[in-house]
Formats: sequence, structure tokens, C-alpha cells
Amino acid sequence: MSFFDTANLATAHEIISRYPKPKSATIPLLHLAQQQHGWVSDDAMREIAQLTGTTPAEVKGTGSFYEMFKFHPVGKYMVNVCTNLSCQILGGEELLAHAEETLGVKAGGTTADGMFTLEDVECIAACTEAPCLQVNYRYKLRVGNDDFDQMIDDIRNGRADDLPEHGTLALVRQAIPAGTGAGITAPENAREAPVWMARNDVAEGSDDKDGGA
Amino acid sequence: MSRADEAETVNVTVNGAEIEASPGELLIDACERAGAYIPRFCYHSRMKPVGMCRMCLVEVDTGRGAALQPSCMLPVSDGMTVETETDLTKKAQDGVLEFLLVNHPLDCPVCDKGGECPLQDQTVAFGPGESRFVEEKRHYEKPIAISDTVYLDRERCILCDRCTRFANDVAGDTLIHFMDRGNNTQVNTFPDEPFASYFSGNTVQICPVGALTAKPYRFKARPWDLEETISTAWTDSVGSRITVQSSRNEVLRLLGVDADSVNWGWLSDKERFAFEALNSEDRLGRPLVRDDDHQLVATGWGDALDRAVAALQGAAPERIAMIGGARLTNESQYAWAKLAKGVLRTDNVDSQLGDGLPVEAVLGLPRATIDDACRPGGTIILMGPDPKEELGALYLRLRHAVLEDGATLIEITPRAGGLTGLASHSLHPRPGELPALTAALVAAVNGEAVDTAGVGGGVIAAAAAALDGPVTVVLGRASLAETGESVADAAVNLSRLDDVSFLSALRRGNIHGALDAGLSPGLLPGRTTLSAGSERVGEVWPGLPESDGLDTAGILAASAEGDIDVLIVLGADPINDFVDHAAAVAGLEAAGTVIAVDLVRNDSIEAAAHIVFAAAGPTESSGTFTNLEGRVSVCEQKVTPPGTARPDWMLATELAHRLGADLGLDSPESIRAELVSVSPVHHNLIEEALAVGRIDGVLVEGNGDIAAPVSTTADVPSNDAYSLRLVSTRSMYDDGVALRHSASSRGLARGLDVRLSPTEFDKLGVKPGTIVKVESSCGQLLAPAFADSSLPAGSAHVPWSAAGSPAGSLIDAGAPFIDVRVERA
Ligand code: SF4
Ligand code: FES
Repeated sequence: MSFFDTANLATAHEIISRYPKPKSATIPLLHLAQQQHGWVSDDAMREIAQLTGTTPAEVKGTGSFYEMFKFHPVGKYMVNVCTNLSCQILGGEELLAHAEETLGVKAGGTTADGMFTLEDVECIAACTEAPCLQVNYRYKLRVGNDDFDQMIDDIRNGRADDLPEHGTLALVRQAIPAGTGAGITAPENAREAPVWMARNDVAEGSDDKDGGA
Repeated sequence: MSRADEAETVNVTVNGAEIEASPGELLIDACERAGAYIPRFCYHSRMKPVGMCRMCLVEVDTGRGAALQPSCMLPVSDGMTVETETDLTKKAQDGVLEFLLVNHPLDCPVCDKGGECPLQDQTVAFGPGESRFVEEKRHYEKPIAISDTVYLDRERCILCDRCTRFANDVAGDTLIHFMDRGNNTQVNTFPDEPFASYFSGNTVQICPVGALTAKPYRFKARPWDLEETISTAWTDSVGSRITVQSSRNEVLRLLGVDADSVNWGWLSDKERFAFEALNSEDRLGRPLVRDDDHQLVATGWGDALDRAVAALQGAAPERIAMIGGARLTNESQYAWAKLAKGVLRTDNVDSQLGDGLPVEAVLGLPRATIDDACRPGGTIILMGPDPKEELGALYLRLRHAVLEDGATLIEITPRAGGLTGLASHSLHPRPGELPALTAALVAAVNGEAVDTAGVGGGVIAAAAAALDGPVTVVLGRASLAETGESVADAAVNLSRLDDVSFLSALRRGNIHGALDAGLSPGLLPGRTTLSAGSERVGEVWPGLPESDGLDTAGILAASAEGDIDVLIVLGADPINDFVDHAAAVAGLEAAGTVIAVDLVRNDSIEAAAHIVFAAAGPTESSGTFTNLEGRVSVCEQKVTPPGTARPDWMLATELAHRLGADLGLDSPESIRAELVSVSPVHHNLIEEALAVGRIDGVLVEGNGDIAAPVSTTADVPSNDAYSLRLVSTRSMYDDGVALRHSASSRGLARGLDVRLSPTEFDKLGVKPGTIVKVESSCGQLLAPAFADSSLPAGSAHVPWSAAGSPAGSLIDAGAPFIDVRVERA
């Protein structure tokens, strides 16, 4: 039994075809799996390994490097509250404490209804707008306790059209029409040197030691 | 732009002294050659550098001012100045060690690695005296079993990437990987997919800390209690070099030795953990004889030897036979050859158990070494067993040659195997049709290619076009359901290629030593025949057989007819190991007296032996071993044999003595000296050479008097529409006697199944895994059925090695092919 549904399996093959080596599709396929299932299950990784000619251990090793792939079930909405320096100074920790109280879970936990997973995260690059958070990786800036409660209320009551579902982050990249992807040639088969190499005049006979690791 | 690596050598200044280095050489190696050893954890000379640990930082100046650089990642360049002992370097080493120790548990007192631990040693030599780290270290569950034999303690791991690189780059079994990130990074397997690699033990050997340990050695000894000596692995014919380590007269561990021409330090797990069978409780410590109730009971040597002598004395030479011998050292093989052929004057002597090749194909063709096969730019034709399953260390060398050195691999095998993914062309001919396929391949080099043996003409033409550079044929018997003659004929065809040589892939331990000692019908020691060598050997031996004798199949058949009075089984188990199960049982049961010489009681002994001599095993006696290249290397004694078990050669001299003959052999050295005197091909096997070749051995070269094989087989008729042609191959963990007695590996034997080409499978109309009946003209078995797309149409595969070797019941020894019917059960 396939993990990917029919449409996604077709997408998976299409994604693989964009790369000179199937293994290069590992990360996009992990995104696809997360999009379909909300998180990346063992079955998903086994299937990705099969599709990319790698082993499940390689897929998991690669995927688990990235925080945004989840390997256990998470809520429909990931709420990431920043407690790094700027936010900390402007009340990020208090915001997190409030969020824990409102949602009834500790940071890292998921609400019983499966709606929210709360995370305590490091800098999300919006220091000028502290304290800030992300919901399914969409920013909410200068968030006060009331703003937070309002936001949760909106989400619970279906008034949050601006928020995509968890796992849909990579949709943009997967929408590249077939045949328009770049870099279809494997590095070792490339006859012409990349521009930067040619410019520096080292292209001739250069042997790329770590060939596209 | 001029590049330094076009020059022959470059000059590098190491700690003030100028040295020459070859371009491309890594600085860490160049410094080591110059006597400046740079500490390291992740760098391993047989793997690609990754720069994980930073322990090898040294001050390097390439004209832009001195800076700290990892010497394992830096190829030498001309004019480079290196300082390995400056204050800055020392500070860097000290700092790196402090970081590496941040999460290291320092549980050295209870860690197996303590005393031989690079982290421990280098901390003492280069590290900080004290830790400033007071915070909580990271914690993981203490060791988790990542396979049946290997345990992983993640707290101790310093993330050097050696084990994971080995698994991925060297073995190709990417079953362990770094997981997670940052402080949480750990080595691990995928859930429910253990590190079930045939080569997993190597990771334990190369782990620079005690994170990886192997079950057989856990908590067994401390390094300072171990004694060690060099020896040669005995479970297959690669002859990997090993260190045997023992404590209190018990072998506790085998480690791979980096012999440049052989195994590069790697071992298969089968080689590495084989010593467990030697320590097994079932080892024979005394001779046995069968009493009046048909039970085997222990007796004294005098009684056992006298009974054997009584049986032998009355028997005519042609009514005496001896099978087996590949377990023995070269010296013991020579002694038994001299006893059998020189004293008893029988030529019914065969060390191959019907699963090998005609000796002409092994000894009579131009021979290649492993290095020859792995030459950069050469072509390897694999026409033999799957090296991953049968010759582990050779598999790793071939894999490296293809992946890293640009060798081309063409496989001519009955089905896909461990190297298929690396083969540029895979030809899977129909069973029995190797000669036709190879003829077509050779013809295609200069002419047309036509569809042959089920392989398309286009595929044959493409393979012929890919033949490039010197060609090495790895030659052996892939399928036990075909004859060795068919393989030999195919080899004759391939010998017509330009610049071709052959690397034997006979698998059994010291089988090549056995052939060189003359343990084969029609052979005498030193790669010579009964006719060509009789004068030379006859001068030293008391006598010689009068005519060529029988091979194992012939011996067993003659015995079944009542024509064998004494059958000596020299470290063999024909009931489980001879291709034709029924013939083995019949032959053993009908022999007048069966004398077995072995380490443990095997099924053949239980069923048929009348007298059993308890022999000393590997590590328990000294001698030499000949590998598949003809390379002779030493096996030194480390421990004493159990009970009163004796070295095999001693048993031969003792028997001869009681038969009134003097073999004149009183030590392994004296036997080697006599071998050298009767065998011109062994001329370089002198003691001094063995001392010089302590690691790499001494290559015994040349075909001697053995001529190339001549084609014998006729065309093979195709099978009818109702039957399938049988393929039967071995896997690493067969249910052999040694495996059954190895505590850690016992569970690894593969189960029985039958695999069919997809069309045949579809015809059967069953779900994968359904039990079906497989029937040949000799027998039948039941097994779950699966499809295998690499099998040629019209064929079926049954593994030889499943417990009890049931495939043996389907095979008729000597038949050029076996047809079976597969039906719903
Ligand atoms: S387990 Fe050992 S070999 Fe593997 S990464 Fe850790 S320290 Fe290195
Ligand atoms: S040995 Fe050079 S970085 Fe580890």
C-alpha cells in the first residue's frame, strides 16, 4: 500500500524528474508527505526511500536535521512563540506563559482537540516587531495577550482564512511546471562550467571533490 | 593555470624539516610519514576524509600566513609549511578535546574501550587535565542493540562519522545515519530496520570511543590482559589478515589487519565472529568411536588410531577415498595428501565437494590477484558467486574499485546480487547456458551480437563494447544446479579476450591450499598432475597412486555401490554440503568404515562416522593458508586445542607411523620445507619471505604443469513448457556447522523460499508468500513463492543455504541442469 495518495504519487514522480539524481528529491518529498499527512510518518519515509533509491535511515537522518519536519503527530496549527533576546526583552516569555495558560498545554505540547501545538522557538527574524510569533509559519507581530486570545478564538471559530494548513509551506515550489526546473544535468555531466566558476577561470579540469554531497 | 598535482612530488616543510610528498596526498598522512603524528578521531586512511572532529588542526602556512587548518582535509601543496607542535596547535588540540568531552560520559571504568581508546589516550596526551564543564551532559538510554551483534551507546559517541561513513561508503548498507541536529545529533537506525549488514563488525573496530561494541566481546576482557598474534581468517577463501586476541587461553576477539593487497583492515562479520564456534561447548576434545549400540563414545587416541589403522590396512588403494580438506592449513593438507596418495596410494581424493570447478579452470588459466582485478580503469567480469554473500572482503574491494577507481563491472550471473547496482551491464543467462553466452560475448567484441541464452543481442553487444583495459574474470560457481564444467567452458571462451586473467572465486576456506597440496583427483602437490609430477614427488614420497581417482561425486557413487572400504572425511559435512543430498547420504551410509577428522560433531558424523578424530582448529595450531589469489600467509597458534585434540598434520603422521610408514614430517616448518623442495611453484615460500610478508603474505604464482581446460559440454536443450530450470545460490549465513555453533550469528541463517521470474510467478496465480511445491526428478520441497525480476524467463531460484540445505534434495550431482516443476501446494 502506498503512503502517497494517487495525486501526490504523481506529484512525487514529477518532483523526482526535476533532478538529475532521485536522491535530490528527498527534502521536497518530505514536504509533500507532511502536506498530505500533517507530519512525516515512518511509512512516509519508507516510501520516500523507495522512490529515491535511498534507505529509510538516510531519509530520516536527512529530514530530522530540519526542525520544521515533524516526526510525530502535531496540531492543525503550529504556534511558535519566540523567546529569543528581542522578544524576551519585550515580553516574549510572558506571552509564552499566557499562551500555555490559554491553550492548557506546555510548550511542545498539543491540545487535546488536536488543534494547536505550542512551541517555544528561537529568533524568527522579526526582532523589530517583538514580541512575535508564527502560526503555521505566518507571522503575527507585536502580539499582546489579548491579541493572542483573539487569534485563538478566530482560528477556533473559522475566521482565520489567512492561515494555511500545517504542511502546506512548500506548495509554491511544488507548483513549478514540469520541464522548467533548473539544473537537470548532474554536476559530473555538466559540460559547461557554472558562471561563477568560469568567471574565476578555474573550470578547466577542476575536479569537484565532494561532488554535490 | 598550472596545477601543482601535475608535478611528480611536492615539497612540504614539516616542523622545520623539508619532506617530499606526492601531490594529492593528505597533509595528515604526509606528516605521519615524516614522523610527526597528528592526533585524529574521524580520519581513517581507508575512507574519505570529512573533517568532523577537528582534532587534527595544525598550523599551516601556504604563503598567506600561518593558520589552523584540519590536516585531514588538506592535500599537500608545494612550499607548504606545517607546524604540528606549536603552542597554538597545542591550544587548539586542547580546546577540541575539551569540546569533545563536553558530552562524553567518562564512564571509562565500565567501558570496553578503556585501555585502547583513542579518546582516552589522546586526552591524556593532548587534552586538558581538568574539565570546566559543570552543566548536565546529554543522556540517552544506555546501549541499544542496533543489530543482533552490535550495541550502540549514544552517550559515548563523539560523532566522528566513521561508522556511518563505513556503512554508506564502504559497505553500501546505509542502515545507520546521523539523526536529529545540534546537541541532539546521534547515530541511529530507522525504527524496525536494524543495522543488519554483513560488515557491521567493522564499525566496532573503527569507532574511536566505546560507543559501538560487539556482543561477543562485551565485558569479556581488558586490553592489557589480551595477548595477540597474527593470523588469517578461515571462513572463506579471501584470506583476510587478522589479529587473534586471547586471554587465559581463550580466543576473545578477531580484528582485521590492514593488508594492502588483501582486505584493507575490513572483515565480514562471518570472518570476524567465527571464533565463537571454536569456543563452543560442543567442540570435540577427544576422539570418538561408534560402540555396539551405534552410539559415538569418547575413547583414547591409541584406540581410535588403531581402529583406523585396522580398517586401512586391509583395504586396497582404489577402495580407500578421502573427501574434504579445505579447513586444514597448507601443512596439514600436504601431510594428508602424502598419507593418502603416497602411503595409501589412493587417488580418490577430493577437497571440493562437488560445488567447485574443474582444477584446470582454477589453476590452468592466467591468474589475477585482487589488486589486478581492482586496477583503476580495468574491467571486472563477475562470472561466479555473489561476492557479497560468499567472499565478503573481496566484495568490499571490488565495490571500491568500481566506485572510486573507475573499474567497469560486467556481471554474468544467474540473477541479481550484491554488486548488481554497480554493474554497468548485467547479463543473466538461462541456467546451464553460460558457454553459449560467453561465446556470443566474445564474438560480439569484433562482430555481431545475436540473442543468446535468453539475453538480448543488444545487451550482449553493449557489454562487449564496454570491455575496456585489462580484464579480470572473477570465476566461480554461482549456481549449484549447474556443473563446474559449464563454468569452465565459459572461462575458456572468455580466455580469448585480450589481456584477460582470472581470479578464482572458489569459496571454501583454504580450498586453494588444498588444490596446491594435491588434494584433488589426478593432482600432486605444486600444481602438477599425477603424470607430470610423479618423478619429482616420487623421489620424496614412499609411493604414488597408479591411476587417476574419483572426485567426490564419483567417490560417493562408488561407495553407494559398496566399492569403498574406508572413507576419510577431512573436515567436511557432505550431508549438508554436497550438492546432491541423496547421493551424500547413500555414499556415507554404505562406506565400510568412515573416519572423520573434525572440530565438532556434524550431521555426517552423527549419521555415519565410525571413528572421529578430534582436530585442533584455527588459532590452535600453526601453519599457513593459501587464498584465492595463491597468496600464502601465516596462521599462528594462539591458544591450545580443547582436551587432547591434535593438529591435523600430526594425525596424518601418526596414522602413517602406525601403518609402518614414516612421513618424515615433524613440524609445520619441516612440511613447508618439503613442499618447497617438491614444488617448483612454491620456490619463493621460504621462511624469510614469510617473515617479510607477515602482513601481505607471499604470492605463489604460475600455473605449474596444469593446462587450461578444454571445452567439454554439449549444447543444453531448452526446458519444456511445464518445467522451470533451477538456480541455487548460497548466502553468507548458510546453516553450516560453524554457524550453528556461533552464539551470536546463529539466528542469521536465511529462510527457504522459491523465487520465480515474474511471468512464471504470474502463471502460478498465487499471492507472494504462498507455499508452493517444487519438484525435481530427485526430490521435492515446500516453500513460499515470490517473484524475482532478475531471473531469466523460465527459471526458478531456491537458496542453497536455508537450514538443512533442502535444495540438495532437488539436485542431481553432475547433471548439466536441473528442471523443476513448481505447483500450488
Ligand atoms: S558511534 Fe563511534 S564511530 Fe560512530 S560516529 Fe560515534 S564515535 Fe564515531
Ligand atoms: S581527523 Fe581531521 S577533522 Fe577529524
